[in-house]
Amino acid sequence: MATELIRIPGSDFQTEEMILNLGPQHPSTHGVLRVVLKIDGEVITAAQPDVGYLHRGTEKLAENRTYPQMLVISDRWDYLSAMSNNLIWCLAVEKLLQIEVPLRGDYLRVIMVELNRIASHLVFFGTYGIDIGAYTPFLHAFREREKILDLFEEVSGARMTYNYIRIGGVMADLPEDWIGKCRSFLEWIKPRFVEYDILLTENPIFKDRTQNIGIISKEDAISYAITGPNLRGCGISFDLRKDEPYCHYQDFKFDVPTGKQGDCWDRYWVRIQEMKESVKIVEQALDHLPTGVPNAKVPRIIRPPVGESYAQLEAPRGVLGIYCLSAGEDKPYRVHVRAPSFINLTILQKILVGMKLADVVAILGSIDIVLGEVDR
Amino acid sequence: MIFPVLTQSQKRSIGVLALMGLIGGGTAMAIGELGMRLTQIWEFLLPILQKLPIPEMASQIAGMVIECSLLIGFISVSVMFMVWWERKVSAHMQSRLGPMTTGGWHGWAQTIADGIKLILKEDIIPESANSWVHRLAPVLVFVPAFICYAVLPFGSNLIAVNLDIGVLFIFAISGLSVLGIVMAGWGSGNKYSMLGGLRAAAQSVSYEIPRVLSIVPILLFVGSLKLTDIANYQSGMWFGFIPRWFIFYPVIGQIAFIIFLISSVAETNRTPFDIAEAESELVAGFHTEYSGMKFSLFFLAEYAYVFLSSGLTTALFLGGGSGPLLPTWVWFLLKSFGIVFLFLWFRWTFPRMRVDRLMEFTWKFLMPWSFVNILIAGAVVLALGV
Repeated sequence: MATELIRIPGSDFQTEEMILNLGPQHPSTHGVLRVVLKIDGEVITAAQPDVGYLHRGTEKLAENRTYPQMLVISDRWDYLSAMSNNLIWCLAVEKLLQIEVPLRGDYLRVIMVELNRIASHLVFFGTYGIDIGAYTPFLHAFREREKILDLFEEVSGARMTYNYIRIGGVMADLPEDWIGKCRSFLEWIKPRFVEYDILLTENPIFKDRTQNIGIISKEDAISYAITGPNLRGCGISFDLRKDEPYCHYQDFKFDVPTGKQGDCWDRYWVRIQEMKESVKIVEQALDHLPTGVPNAKVPRIIRPPVGESYAQLEAPRGVLGIYCLSAGEDKPYRVHVRAPSFINLTILQKILVGMKLADVVAILGSIDIVLGEVDR
Repeated sequence: MIFPVLTQSQKRSIGVLALMGLIGGGTAMAIGELGMRLTQIWEFLLPILQKLPIPEMASQIAGMVIECSLLIGFISVSVMFMVWWERKVSAHMQSRLGPMTTGGWHGWAQTIADGIKLILKEDIIPESANSWVHRLAPVLVFVPAFICYAVLPFGSNLIAVNLDIGVLFIFAISGLSVLGIVMAGWGSGNKYSMLGGLRAAAQSVSYEIPRVLSIVPILLFVGSLKLTDIANYQSGMWFGFIPRWFIFYPVIGQIAFIIFLISSVAETNRTPFDIAEAESELVAGFHTEYSGMKFSLFFLAEYAYVFLSSGLTTALFLGGGSGPLLPTWVWFLLKSFGIVFLFLWFRWTFPRMRVDRLMEFTWKFLMPWSFVNILIAGAVVLALGV
């Protein structure tokens, strides 16, 4: 990327464009993303995201690990919603093995994934506040997230890399009185959403910073294969939980919130609404939790027949998919992860051009990437 | 629920606070007017000094040094208090506790510990920096802040230099700090710092204008630029219960106060106008490359300006030291720290504005309204012949 001299018409005066390295060490790139920006004053004329600083080669690692061992690695992709990663790996392997998970297992999975969605969106809410310059929402969001992590800790023993959803079901059934604790948490979090709206959503400065900024058109969103809240923010109602239900999502009643014009505020608003919908889903799942065992019978050594499978689900950041190729051994032949963060990030260099420097962090934050998933 | 149910520890805290308030108030009343007491001490010392074989010049210089030391002491202590206070206020707004261990009671000694740490830190000058500009910048930021305190009336008779053009002096001198910020931004040899410095320059120059214009109505009413005159003008009551503070002047006072407060927040580079620092965008802006004592000078200057703005607001809009029972300097400090609390409140509630919207806000909103306010005030002055 080369800079150019800008001549000001009618005078001898000339200025020069500046190249600014945003990252990899920068507080607002949400990890180790590097964006090379070409700026003219405060206006961006070109942007080039540079990924790969967190690359760990998990797709290659999968070829040397047995199917259950790979589950541990899957936690590390999108570390803010590890339950979804666990689930997608299990769904892909279960497709290969053609195992049916009992209803209770499916419901437990739904509860965990939706709670994790709330936790993940809470992190988005908090860090987005920091990106825009408001510190207080961050700590409020983390206070709520802490309670979800406590619930997960009781279930799985871990707070971030749960490894709870296993091939054929879940690790263990719910501990005693967990349902009561979960219900009291849900009751506790509902009034918090009103607080968030007062604190940030309806704040005039916040609206000024996010509305009409970083607009993604419907056509662009589809041609760049944007998914998740970023797509729904553009006004396209596409949600795998509704359109291609997995894990008995068809049993639950919930709405798919959509934005109007696809700016930063719409993407933010969609996520806030999704948290409310997730609360509804968890409540329904707790109300109708079936009895019985949560786990299906799974062979001790998993050796799927020769074949391939593709599973996808609606992760907090978009459509998370796994393509798994089995050569009939106890290790997969090839694994590919369709990481929503990575694909959503590709639109960045298109929508950044013409924006102000301060908007870079607003737009990057609204796309909500997790670098662990972008680089894998 | 009108009366919230209090826990035992909350009751105890309220009791301790009430007791502290009583003791503090009692001590303040016993001390009385600080300006008067200082004059008494001076009058007591003067004859003793005159008998000693010291040239008069030396005693005069010594007097000035004492005055300056008192001011520096006040600035340092109030900044230390404000930093601790800000940490506590922000912590409680964010459902945390803030510093709790250093010094015992609610971490009161945290700022002292921080200060010692900053003094002991290595002083780094980046290779790409322009060494002299880099070194001079923090001094240029802090010195004007200190000079401005000289004309701030802390109470009746408690003012270091009672200038006839006090208000103008404060605006003129505090405007110099921008130079230091621009130097810090340019001299650090860092692109982020440079952007921060440029933003700071644009912002401060723009907000200076509505800030000065907003107080023109006051000057119209008072007819003097002397801060003590303005404070004295606001003593007394309307109808026996509304203080004659400028903020209570219908419409004019409120518009002027709001414009002045907003521009003051912008002048001190604090959220929602902290675009020069903009931690999430510019990584700290103009003071990214500063460490140790030089960084702490920037820090000191920021808080010194916060208190200066609050003190100025108190003197201009809240009647200076006027108030019942307690001596004037206590009222002045109470009101000023009340305004400081507003500053803290803004900072921990609002997001940051964008730089171009900030400019639009000052030129297209604050400026026209301050002109309108001047027109209204002028008409009122003409009609009433105040």
